[in-house]
Amino acid sequence: MAGGVAGGGNATSDTYAGARNWLLLPSWLVLGILVLAPVSMMLVYSFLTKEFRGGVIWEFSLGAYDQFFCSRGLFGDEPCQIEWTYILIFWRSIWQAGAATLLSLVIGLPTAYYIATRPAHVRPLWVFLITIPYWVNLLIRTVSMKFLLRDQGPLNDGLLAIGLISEPIGIVNTNFAVQLGLFYSYLPFMVLPIYASIERYNFALSEAAADLYAGKWTIFRRIVLPTVKPGIIAGCILVFVPSLGSFLAPDLLGGAKNFMIGSLIEEQFKGNAGNWPFGAAASMILLTMVLIILLLFARQQSRADRAGG
Amino acid sequence: MKTLLKTTATAIAMTLAANAATAEGKVVLYHWFEYIPQELLDKFQEQTGIEVVMDTFDSNEALLASLKAGGMGTYDLAVPGDYMVSIMAGEGMLDDIAEGELANKGNIMAEWADPAFDPGRNSSIPYQWGSTSFMVNRDVYDGAINTTDIIFNPPEELSGKINMLDSQAEVLLLGSLHLGIPQCSTDRDQLKALNDLMQSSKEHWVSFNSDTAKEVLVSGDAAAGMIWNGFGAKAREEGANVEYAYPDQGLTVWMDNVVLLKDAPNRENALKFMDFLLEPENMGAVTNYARYAAGVDGVADYLDDALKTMPEQNPPAGIKTVFVEVCDEATQAVYDQIWTNLKK
Repeated sequence: MAGGVAGGGNATSDTYAGARNWLLLPSWLVLGILVLAPVSMMLVYSFLTKEFRGGVIWEFSLGAYDQFFCSRGLFGDEPCQIEWTYILIFWRSIWQAGAATLLSLVIGLPTAYYIATRPAHVRPLWVFLITIPYWVNLLIRTVSMKFLLRDQGPLNDGLLAIGLISEPIGIVNTNFAVQLGLFYSYLPFMVLPIYASIERYNFALSEAAADLYAGKWTIFRRIVLPTVKPGIIAGCILVFVPSLGSFLAPDLLGGAKNFMIGSLIEEQFKGNAGNWPFGAAASMILLTMVLIILLLFARQQSRADRAGG
Repeated sequence: MKTLLKTTATAIAMTLAANAATAEGKVVLYHWFEYIPQELLDKFQEQTGIEVVMDTFDSNEALLASLKAGGMGTYDLAVPGDYMVSIMAGEGMLDDIAEGELANKGNIMAEWADPAFDPGRNSSIPYQWGSTSFMVNRDVYDGAINTTDIIFNPPEELSGKINMLDSQAEVLLLGSLHLGIPQCSTDRDQLKALNDLMQSSKEHWVSFNSDTAKEVLVSGDAAAGMIWNGFGAKAREEGANVEYAYPDQGLTVWMDNVVLLKDAPNRENALKFMDFLLEPENMGAVTNYARYAAGVDGVADYLDDALKTMPEQNPPAGIKTVFVEVCDEATQAVYDQIWTNLKK
């Protein structure tokens, strides 16, 4: 996604044209078995009748979607009103993921810019350093984050020792802790695509703009930003989408006090509710939302490409 | 030639070794996390040559879900809690153990030999039993703690610092005890009161965590927290100044049981493992590790001394005890809704 076809060459013939279909076969198999089949299964399950304590009965039902959008009171016998519960849960997740994305962008963009402007031979070292945290399992990293942030942890101890605060600031079990955790988990996904597009940026353009009396801010806004935009969008999507469905950070750092989309869905399959069709329906609604967001980006992208000639 | 001989010899040796390991086959156990000492599994393999393969789960509901989603036929044994034994029996997931198939069945304590959740111990043997209550950090609060008010109407020192188990059945049961209403109630006023209680208590709670219930007490992240008694004993033994409460309103008790699953691929080995667990020495090792109580006669001789006198294991006389009850589908739907309302 980063950069689109901008960097592509102008080859007129494909050396491997004959083998093209065969070369794609593994991807199709993997996509078919690991993505299409499970997603279609979920789609079907979301329209089935729930079986008590997990499982489905093979009868068509809109019950799962009704439960998502219709509130019928504590006892389930009132007329349908708009159900805000799940919309609220979705909204909370979107907000958390959005905040984490913004945080990643604010830190990731300058970082990527810095790396891309280093001499070519040290850039790989910087990229390597960015990926180091990925050698450690996400669960371990999230738990370590909790150890760092907790009231008796090094962060609070340190701040107390230098006298900046007089009592521990409670970070663990707050929304901020969740955003911090998501930001920390997915930051490299922001840095790498932006780095890739800044690296290809022709800095002569900045000089030319400066020669034409553009200020530094104007150069950034009118020249740099539009050219690296594909990288920024790719980075935002790569951080936002996994954050949206994440349940590790909310559970461990947020205290699991409130459902997020991920934990709500998990509860339907693993928890007391045992409502598989509802879990499938919630997944489908999430998937649809993500698809719409991606389509909007893609449309805007192609329009911008066309406008740019 | 020399190389060829060497290779052949190595190949034969490897084949033999592999055979030795699998000659007696294996038994596949689906168990709670942190609930059986590895040494005991090694001992079983040494004695019988049978390898124990173990997966773990973190709640009764997760166990049921994973078995329903295709786990049947993979596992031989599982360790559900009392109410989950009756649910699984109702779902037809348990196999019958015929008379005489378990040599050590007579070791089961009389009081656990015919429980309501598995009459006559048709498919199960007792594993460990204990209680679910809550602990309070005595450095933070030194008032009276034997009341559910600590959780639902806490003193100022504890408010906002309470960890709850992330377990619908146990949280809602504690709430029902606090209100003095029955489980699986169909009385609308009682259910509304329970819903209101959950809504109004949420502000006092800082988190919902089951698998870190011990750790948050030890680290001081929570000043009070719901916990199982053995897990709580570990928190105290790890140095936290915490005390286990026996609320006047009633104490939740439970028993985990090893059940023989239907379609067990290694049924014979599974029965051998059950017999192995029914030996007092082995069940004693489990008890020393898990810090709960066994349901097998003669275990007392093998327990470490601390276990006999530990406060989490010795409730005051005359305390009311309750097991989690299994509700019917329509009633359960209301409780599910109360839980969703709590966590939305």
